[in-house]
Amino acid sequence: MKFAHNPLLAELLPAWRARAMLIVMMVLFGGLVARAFWLQAVDNEFYQRKGEERFSKVLPTPASRGRVLDRNEQVLAMSTQVSAIVAEARPTRADAKANPRDIGAEKLTPSQIRQLADLLGMDHREIERKIPDQRGRGYLKHQVTPEVAQQIMALKLPGIRTEPEYRRYYPHGEVSAHVVGFTGSDDNGLEGIELAMNRPLTGQQGSRRVITDARRNVVEDVETLQPPRDGGDVRLAIDTRLQFLVHSRLKQAVTEHKARAGSAVVLDARTGEVLALANWPTYNPNNRAQLSGAPLRNRAFTDTYEPGSTIKPFVAAMALDAGRFTSDSLVDCAGKLHFGKYSIGDAHSHGTLSLAEVIQKSSNIGIAKVAAQFTPSEMWHIYDQVGFGSPIKLGFPGEAGGRLRPAASWKPVEQATMAYGHGMSVTLMQMAHAYTVFARDGDLIPLSLTRVDTPPLNGLQVFSAQTAREVRHMLELAAGPGGTAPQAQVPGYRVAGKTGTAHKLEGGAYANKYIASFVGFAPVSDPRYIVAVMIDEPSNGVHYGGQVAAPVFSDIMNSMLRASGIAPDMPVPPLQMARNTAIVKEGM
Amino acid sequence: MLRLHFALILLVLASAIALVSSQHRSRTLHTQLEREHERMRVLEVEWGQLQIEQGSLAAHARIADLAESKLKMHAPERNHVMVVDTAEGEQ
Repeated sequence: MKFAHNPLLAELLPAWRARAMLIVMMVLFGGLVARAFWLQAVDNEFYQRKGEERFSKVLPTPASRGRVLDRNEQVLAMSTQVSAIVAEARPTRADAKANPRDIGAEKLTPSQIRQLADLLGMDHREIERKIPDQRGRGYLKHQVTPEVAQQIMALKLPGIRTEPEYRRYYPHGEVSAHVVGFTGSDDNGLEGIELAMNRPLTGQQGSRRVITDARRNVVEDVETLQPPRDGGDVRLAIDTRLQFLVHSRLKQAVTEHKARAGSAVVLDARTGEVLALANWPTYNPNNRAQLSGAPLRNRAFTDTYEPGSTIKPFVAAMALDAGRFTSDSLVDCAGKLHFGKYSIGDAHSHGTLSLAEVIQKSSNIGIAKVAAQFTPSEMWHIYDQVGFGSPIKLGFPGEAGGRLRPAASWKPVEQATMAYGHGMSVTLMQMAHAYTVFARDGDLIPLSLTRVDTPPLNGLQVFSAQTAREVRHMLELAAGPGGTAPQAQVPGYRVAGKTGTAHKLEGGAYANKYIASFVGFAPVSDPRYIVAVMIDEPSNGVHYGGQVAAPVFSDIMNSMLRASGIAPDMPVPPLQMARNTAIVKEGM
Repeated sequence: MLRLHFALILLVLASAIALVSSQHRSRTLHTQLEREHERMRVLEVEWGQLQIEQGSLAAHARIADLAESKLKMHAPERNHVMVVDTAEGEQ
């Protein structure tokens, strides 16, 4: 057989066919070149973007919330990072096709779920319920500690991831709860300083674009889209040591007198700083389950009460300042004072008293007679100047202003009752603040919840320095042996202060329930601290401010003066007393 | 001429390889930096936790409680306190 012979090859083709083929191929090739040029140089955006999506990522840069510190840098509130455990069902079909091993949490085996439940301390049925079946994601548990989160990630379960979260801790718990407040689960302030200073405390999360390699390590920072900003620290004026003293003494007093509630405030007379602020009942801000109801109320700021006799020194100061009275001016305080159908009396009847004795013995009749020498608008002006009737505006949530009606609407009997603190209402913080005029030389300085490093020199001058000195002396008498509150005394120190016992208003009428209060300062020779105490409805037999609130004042003041090492300004008698008991003890 | 071209081509090649290697080095170093940043963050979290721990362990409420229950201590009563006069103390 002859294989070399092929009739088809023997036939000669026309030359144009080969040439035509060549041209067609050239044109097609040209098309490819043009397309390549188009994609590389002109319309290159689309593929570049697709490529970038594969290797570049935008990552958040975390920023934390600032701390709340006390005046000595003790931590009162601080955020720390914790984790939320998230279960993700397989996100999309395309992802599943691209990476078949990337299955979602819906494929977890019962034993894996049980393992997870053990680590999280949850019931395995609950976890099964929380895992989404089809797509989407479910939070298994919030606020998981880093150790537990690490153990869970070490299990390498499919579809189980962690997400960063913050949790705020309050190491001092209920002791400073009302000052510091607390934050919600989104780390935003809901109460107290956390709310009042939310803006400076809050950090700003940043973001950056990075290039990652196949193992998702960041290999290059492309750009910072937004720099992160950590929240600033807030340094309060509170001294946790004093705060604890005040808190525990107040708690003891409320329990002892079976009272409904109580508040105590400590101010620094030189700087206007709030050194301690305690309320009872209180709450533990670390326990989110109980963050509701009455214990949350920061009573010293939000609850107003009729101040009672604690207001009398302001009337006396007004009388002295106007020059119409001196400390020795006599006032007839016998019997009762009648205004139409109303009459005003004293708990214990007195004869003729000097103005100083009116304050010392706390005579309602006496102070009402003094007030009657002045017009309602003169009196209103003084009350307004020392801050009654308008909120202190420290930025605290729910701060109350109290009630002080315009002078034009005061009837004579109302002017008389307002001279001894009924028919108007104040907050304990306002009352403590107002007393700075007596603790200082007649001027009122603004309060501060944050630490003050340069004390204000002069505030608003309400009374003359001479008047303030005379009222200080009257208040010292009131806290002395012949006054209404001898129990306010502190061994070794001269203290001054005024009691208040006010009936509570219930449904427009005065009930047989009381608010006992005491506001005072020490040492009298150079006043340093102002302490205001208010006990709501003491109902264990005694209800007078001198019996209920004054001992609290005395104990708080005593511990404070000793703790801060202030030199005693009244020597001898306590020394003798201490010696005697010590000797008796030894003899036994 | 040809020799010069050859030398230049060699230089270009060398610089190209150097570029690749320096890019690689920069990326490894960056990964390392990133890892250190991560470590810093972890340490910061730990530092925060330690501060909180210290705060709650040193809380006055806890100390007072321990002093009373474990050490059977109590604050001295008023009449057991002696105020020492410095003038008398020096004598």
